Amino acid sequence: MNIFFQLGRCARAAKKLLSIGLAATLMCLPASAKVIHEERSLYRNILISEENGERCMRFVLHARATHNQSCINLREPRKLVFDYTKMVLAAILVKPEPKNILIVGLGGGTLPKTLHELLPNSTTTSAEIDPAVVKAAKRYFDYQESERIQTVAMDARVYLKRAIRDGKKWDLIILDAFNGDYIPEHLMTKEFLQEVRSALQPGGLVAANTFATSRLYHHESVTYEAVFAQVKMLSSERGNRVLLAAADAFVLPGPDLAAQEWQARLTPYGVDVRQLLALEKPADWDKSVKVLTDQFAPANLLKH
Amino acid sequence: MNVVVFGSAFVSGFIIMVLEMLGGRIIAPWFGGDIYVWGSIITVFMLALSLGYLLGGRWSLRNASLKRYGGIFLLGGVLMLPVVFSADLIMAAIFDQIVDARYGSLVASLALFLLPSLVMGMVSPYSVRLLTRSRETSGASAGLLYFVSTLGSALGTLATSFYLVALLEMNQILLTAIAIMIGNGMLLLALHKRMPVT
Repeated sequence: MNIFFQLGRCARAAKKLLSIGLAATLMCLPASAKVIHEERSLYRNILISEENGERCMRFVLHARATHNQSCINLREPRKLVFDYTKMVLAAILVKPEPKNILIVGLGGGTLPKTLHELLPNSTTTSAEIDPAVVKAAKRYFDYQESERIQTVAMDARVYLKRAIRDGKKWDLIILDAFNGDYIPEHLMTKEFLQEVRSALQPGGLVAANTFATSRLYHHESVTYEAVFAQVKMLSSERGNRVLLAAADAFVLPGPDLAAQEWQARLTPYGVDVRQLLALEKPADWDKSVKVLTDQFAPANLLKH
Repeated sequence: MNVVVFGSAFVSGFIIMVLEMLGGRIIAPWFGGDIYVWGSIITVFMLALSLGYLLGGRWSLRNASLKRYGGIFLLGGVLMLPVVFSADLIMAAIFDQIVDARYGSLVASLALFLLPSLVMGMVSPYSVRLLTRSRETSGASAGLLYFVSTLGSALGTLATSFYLVALLEMNQILLTAIAIMIGNGMLLLALHKRMPVT
């Protein structure tokens, strides 16, 4: 799959058209893609489409590139389509049996579904601001709520603040709040990450889907470093980047040990544990840039 | 004298939008970045402006002077200080009391922004009073005044959202805005001694 090539081509096509609206955005989909649902929610335009045996949820930004938020393989629904989803699973190699998991940003619900299958005794709560995304996840991506899989339709920062006051804590917190092209700035600041840290159980872990390009790469990295004692990075050639972070030191398991224990469990999801662990890269970001705070959070301006 | 009034109206128009644009940022950590947060902020600013126009107009009826006009700027600047120094304290208290983030953000906006923006709303009618020389020209001077102050608002919005937030910390921007309001007020007080208004 070559999303980034497609995005570039479609952005150029859209620019040529100079048209605002779905006429331009539909240009961005390959001819073979079939649109099965379109919706304008309060927060974004949601497009569900199918192509090459995959069903994807996209957040459409008119006359700009669309972003695949979430995709499932229709023939083998357990197979994870995106690198970053696999990379987030590295968290359970570090912290093998998380009981309570918080996910910020639901998308198609692939992560809560997969985590529940892998860890049936865990409870997963997903905070998703857009009720339309929750509905689409249920309808098109087989996301099912249960006692152990819960969703709250709320701004994650507000939910977390309230949860901290109620004394809730999690073993694993996954941050995946991308809003297409736009990032909610208040979910990228040092103060937010401090709240995340304080909502972790002792020994808890954070896995964050983060920016792999632009100046944000550096700013976001130093912000994580300012809050967490240990930050490790996994990054793939396709431009996905996941940061693992914790208040205490931790290590990624060695490939041999981990492969023995986990490979069988992760094979149905298309995860090769050795390959996954080989994605760990040393910190290469510019440490001199400013930490993002509630006072200084020009996140979306830093992408240009 | 006219230049001073137009300049001051521009400043006040600029600063009020600096405050409004930063309002979303100030409230987001407590009540989120949802549409109702912007709804709360815009509601409060509009309400404050409407009340400010009313009060400013009333207040201009007697003894209108550059001194009183300058006082509006001083007060506006001072009333912005809690936004810098006690915003988190105020919002924490509101967060504890009000669970619904919609009403939380509305009450937070009222607590933080109503008074300073109300006082800044008083500037426009007061400016019209200082500018009006005759019945024939009153419409033209009011028109020019609103042009200048609304242009200030447009530029304040643009400057804040495009550039200032990327250059400075929020409190640095706010403190600069407060300093400009207070500086403008002092300048008006100083000019009052030289140029009494008729």
